[in-house]
Amino acid sequence: MRHIKYIYSVLMLCCTISFAQQTPADKQTGAISITGATIHVGDGTVIENGTVVFENGKIQAVGNSGTATKGTVINASGKHIYPGFIGANTNLGLVEVDAVNASDDQAEMGSMIPHVRSLIAYNAESKVVESMRPNGILTAQVSPNGGTFSGTSSIMQLDAWNWQDAALKADDGIHLNWPSSFSRGRWWLGEPRGLRPNDNYAKQVDEVVSFVKESKAYLNGKRTTKNLPYEAMEGLFNGKQKLYVHVDDEKGITDAVTFARDNGIQMVVVGGYQAHAVTGLLKNNNVPVLIDHTHSLPAIADHDYDLPYKNPKLLADAGVLVGIHTGNNSNFQTRNLPFYAGQVVGQGMSKEDALKLITSNIAKILGVDDQLGTITVGKRATLFVSEGDALDMRGNQLTHAFIDGRAISLETHQTELWQRYKNKYEGN
Amino acid sequence: MTKKYLILMMLMCTFSLVAQEHVPKNDGVKSENTNYTAFTNAKIYVTPTQVIDKGTLLIHDGKVVASGVSVSIPANTVVIDVSGKSIYPSFIDIYSDFGVEKPKRQGFGGFGGGQYDATREGFYWNDHIRPEQNAVDFFKYDAKAASDLRKAGFGVVNTHMQDGIMRGTGALIALANEGSDAERILDDRSADYSSLSKSLKSSQSYPSSIMGTLALIRQVNHDASWYAKGGITITDRSLEAFNNNKSLVKIMVAGDKANALRVDKVGDEFGTQYVIVGGGDEYERIKEIKATNAAYIIPVDFPNAYDVEDPFAASVLELSAMREWNQRPSNPKALADNGIKFAFTTDGLRSPNMFEANLMKAIEYGLDKTKALEALTTIPAEILGQSNKIGSLKNGAYANFLITSGDLFEKGTTLYENWVNGNRDVINDMNVKNIDGDYSFTLAGKTYDISISGSSSKPKSDVKSDGKQLGSKISYSDNWVNLTFTSIDTTKQEFMRFTSRVDHSDDLNGKLIDPNGNTAYVLAKKAASEGGDKKGGMNRRGGGNSDDVKLMPVTYPNGAYGVSSLPQQETILFKNATVWTNEAEGILKNTDVLVKNGKIAKVGNNLSDSSAQVVDATGKHLTAGVIDEHSHIAAASINEGGQNSSAEVTIEDAIDPEDIDIYRNLAGGVTSIQILHGSANPIGGRSAIIKLKWGESAEGLINKNAPKFIKFALGENVKQSRSQNGTRFPRTRMGVEQMFVDYFTRAKEYEAKKKSGQPYRKDIEMETLVEIMNGERFISCHSYVQTEINMMMKVAEKFGFKMNTFTHILEGYKVADIMKEHGVGASTFSDWWAYKYEVNDAIPYNASIMHNVGITTAINSDDGEMSRRLNQEAAKTVKYGGVSEEEAWKMVTLNPAKLLHIDDRVGSIKVGKDADVVLWSDHPLSVYAKAEKTMIEGATYFDIEKDKQMRTKIKQERNDLMAMMLQEKNKGMKTQPIKAEDKQQLHCDSMD
Repeated sequence: MRHIKYIYSVLMLCCTISFAQQTPADKQTGAISITGATIHVGDGTVIENGTVVFENGKIQAVGNSGTATKGTVINASGKHIYPGFIGANTNLGLVEVDAVNASDDQAEMGSMIPHVRSLIAYNAESKVVESMRPNGILTAQVSPNGGTFSGTSSIMQLDAWNWQDAALKADDGIHLNWPSSFSRGRWWLGEPRGLRPNDNYAKQVDEVVSFVKESKAYLNGKRTTKNLPYEAMEGLFNGKQKLYVHVDDEKGITDAVTFARDNGIQMVVVGGYQAHAVTGLLKNNNVPVLIDHTHSLPAIADHDYDLPYKNPKLLADAGVLVGIHTGNNSNFQTRNLPFYAGQVVGQGMSKEDALKLITSNIAKILGVDDQLGTITVGKRATLFVSEGDALDMRGNQLTHAFIDGRAISLETHQTELWQRYKNKYEGN
Repeated sequence: MTKKYLILMMLMCTFSLVAQEHVPKNDGVKSENTNYTAFTNAKIYVTPTQVIDKGTLLIHDGKVVASGVSVSIPANTVVIDVSGKSIYPSFIDIYSDFGVEKPKRQGFGGFGGGQYDATREGFYWNDHIRPEQNAVDFFKYDAKAASDLRKAGFGVVNTHMQDGIMRGTGALIALANEGSDAERILDDRSADYSSLSKSLKSSQSYPSSIMGTLALIRQVNHDASWYAKGGITITDRSLEAFNNNKSLVKIMVAGDKANALRVDKVGDEFGTQYVIVGGGDEYERIKEIKATNAAYIIPVDFPNAYDVEDPFAASVLELSAMREWNQRPSNPKALADNGIKFAFTTDGLRSPNMFEANLMKAIEYGLDKTKALEALTTIPAEILGQSNKIGSLKNGAYANFLITSGDLFEKGTTLYENWVNGNRDVINDMNVKNIDGDYSFTLAGKTYDISISGSSSKPKSDVKSDGKQLGSKISYSDNWVNLTFTSIDTTKQEFMRFTSRVDHSDDLNGKLIDPNGNTAYVLAKKAASEGGDKKGGMNRRGGGNSDDVKLMPVTYPNGAYGVSSLPQQETILFKNATVWTNEAEGILKNTDVLVKNGKIAKVGNNLSDSSAQVVDATGKHLTAGVIDEHSHIAAASINEGGQNSSAEVTIEDAIDPEDIDIYRNLAGGVTSIQILHGSANPIGGRSAIIKLKWGESAEGLINKNAPKFIKFALGENVKQSRSQNGTRFPRTRMGVEQMFVDYFTRAKEYEAKKKSGQPYRKDIEMETLVEIMNGERFISCHSYVQTEINMMMKVAEKFGFKMNTFTHILEGYKVADIMKEHGVGASTFSDWWAYKYEVNDAIPYNASIMHNVGITTAINSDDGEMSRRLNQEAAKTVKYGGVSEEEAWKMVTLNPAKLLHIDDRVGSIKVGKDADVVLWSDHPLSVYAKAEKTMIEGATYFDIEKDKQMRTKIKQERNDLMAMMLQEKNKGMKTQPIKAEDKQQLHCDSMD
């Protein structure tokens, strides 16, 4: 019973560092060194039999077996060290149970609502959030998803008492649902079912463009009468915030990129089902893509059955900066993020490049690559140790995880129930 | 043809009317016309195959008296010489709503209505069963519609109330403007109509699905015979009508090929051979369509090309939709070539005037002209058993016929007259001379060249003077032609007018008035004809000539990744694979497996077989095919939620063999699935257990060796907890228990009565429940929380049966010991939770706990996306709870096979079992593994190399079809906007 043993060791570790399950870990007090592991740096490189040293929440040293250790030494020989995975465009902490309306804070009413902030609704104590950590997801962008301009997202670390101490980068960007080139037939009104070209597309795009123009005009003025939505747009024009444009089709992507360029806005494509058809445009305009997670179905019967599997590779091969987002899936599925990346390996991407899709590339796209995304000296000590290959279900088995050097709990509501009922039947 | 002229002509027709002796007459003297009418020197199509050249057709009193080369003509005969013209029986449309107004929709109908009871009293308990409707009671002659139909060549239609599943009787109507309904209604109980669509008059929610509809039709049949036996003591006017209509021809509206096969199957169960109203897609399953032995009524509403000018929009257009445009006009030919009896209908066309162009298109696409004529005359007559009266010009038949300028199906032929019941309707005056041609005259030194075309119906003119184009307008009626054209001096708005009486001369001799009012007489000399027919009166359209027609080949299914023929069993030797046997041998390295005659023939080392194709499987893994215990792909409907129990429905009635997810599942190594009913109600519907034989028909997918299953469901979905206005019992888990107790109690009583030998009402629902109690049908029960799981087992025990499988079973880990004791199996998600309240305590360790307790545990999908990666989902049981890899693999192969009781044939690699195997590129539990070859019964249904080739072909064909559609648009043909499938992934909660 290999697993019992390591779970036990995790429990022991938890006890020695002395914190209770699901209680946020205390600040890192002493230096920690992890030795003997294969270090997957997150930038494509691998260090065999490597050592990582971190102190005061920051990585102090990364190197081969010759690297000097400091403080508590964790022998991780035969294991693997990864930078914490980063969830992009998630709804973590905004919804607890999909079908229970009362627990759902993902989408505010209204259409031009960039001023709405996910930050303050993020529930740090969500049972769904804690279930991310045992799979290696330690940071996440949390995004609202209503309306046209949906609101403002924030980047959170996933072991916190409240949203305030969870916030790693507050208000990092604004989300925009780009108008769809297709509309669904309102069959109940006698229209045919299925998708048809959206006759209102141009009008809807114009509404987006107008809103941006109006915002700019307002911000250039004296602002004597405050307008909250326009105020919220300021970060887009001074380069402090990015615009996450949720768009899938080739035409929409082209229009959105043109729109962003014309308005001097830094944008990110979120979705990007057909982004592979416009890689030149994306590269020329330095527009990265947060592609839909790979465990999706092709849009139409004619498409390759594995198009969603290989979509990230098609973009990466063309030189587009690409990460995987999970926002179009049920909240709880975000914990499968490593396997969404693993899926691309079957399509011919190297494992280390696939790792980038959920670590360094996302850190770059979200603008936090100075702090996260790779195991590099000076960056946050947000990383974990896995028994095996963390991108594969067969190997993703965490023994230790750290956020800013804090040894966090890998227990959850679910592991508690597991232990309780396992004991019931096994008579422990 | 002016309107005035038409009316005049109609007035002239009254001579054939016969006054009735018992009807008083107050507006004049009783005058009876007993004259005969004879048409001489005609080419007469007595039937499509019996043709008389230069014959005489004699009619009297609205009927045909005689036809032939030498017909003796009575003295009191009006003789009409129609030399050079042809006479055909007029057309018949036997799927029509002529003169019977369709009701308006009441409310939303369907499931959303939440109305469970019938609104009528004294009729069947379901509002959508209306066999008591008689078209004749609703019928009101519609002169305008009749005129449009006559212009299209029709003389008789069979109309009915196009509303409801059972629609009642039709009425056979002659489209005669003269006379009264007394003469027009040829038969007031001409056929019995049914469909698969609910009545617009009621919002009663049942049936909400195709399978519910078919089950209802079955139950009505049972109830009607019970009624006939006196089993029902109250009057039920619907059942009474159903029984009274028994002897009538049964016309069933299927609307597409899949439904055609479905309704035919139901008909067979009750000894009913439906005449099926098809959808025009019969060619896509022609073999199965032929096997129905049904006659078909088919539309000719061929789709327009899609407007593919916008490449972005066009990128979502599916190959199957493009092929529809390309291939559908060939459907009639396919039916004819396969010896399938069919009639045409105008149904589906916006107007009958589109009929002719579409018919011509079908002929252009190879439909034999005789077959076309039969489909419009003798066959519809034969279907209705009215061959003696309509559809031919045999002696004694109604005098319903067309007079044309020549071959009806040639371009340029003019339809002159359409006679119905001996009443003449002039469509185009046959005495009007065709003045098409080029004329010229000289006036004041200038030569004018006039070109006239379309003179028989819509004349057009073109006037030039010394090569200079002049504006012109022509009218031609009552033998007078009027031509106005602009003067040569184009700086002025001045007109010249020319008018001429057309007589025997080919030249036009008339009067010309110039802008100044000066009159001159001119002779416009006709130039010698250059031969070849000019465009005739019946404004022929159609897409070019047959040389342009490039038909794409039909595949099965007829879209992307379809196959032109089913894969055949192969003899294959996999060499040097890692073989996951799922048997005592465990995982065997470097092992050979021989597949032969659809079975696993040998497993061992150094195998050889001279007839085998050898596959080098070094470094690869060979496993049994993945089996999904809980799937909703490949189904046209999933839930029949119109009632709280739907044991009478079966997913086998709703299998969709064309779902692309079948192919995608194969690409994920899946070979067998159970398509479960959804969870709309506690007692759901019966399952379909199928093998994913992509390309097969619905019937061909069904695993004939699998036992019977049914879906039950508990919890939030069945108590409609997310519905605001639920009125359906039960609304709590307490009620759910009582509902089961109630149904099984009734089923016990039902069985007792049945066994006692007393007469009983056959109830399909009760029959199903009895099967469960007798262990002849297994339950797969959708369940989440421990309370309900426990309850369900107790109910089963109370009624003396065992639960077979709990599916979902997310809190199974909490009652695993009780489940083990009961002996039930479990089929669960690997890691789903948090999507609704009742999965709050769902944990990914569930499978491992249940497995460790000794419960047969499977991992299922309930999702068309996850199902193609079940190998990865199995791997999660290793991650969550430490199940061994070998046991984890069984959770998606052998264990579901056991739960489905098909493990004697599938689920492991064992000599003698079906060769349902998958070759994986990598360790099958790894996220990196790809299925390279998926075989079912020794035939390859997915091959990664063939897949690559198909991709190239699909791309090529898409390009070809788009190019053809662009050409079509360029030619000025109508197009339709792009549409894309908005494919709904069906889950337990999908409400249809």
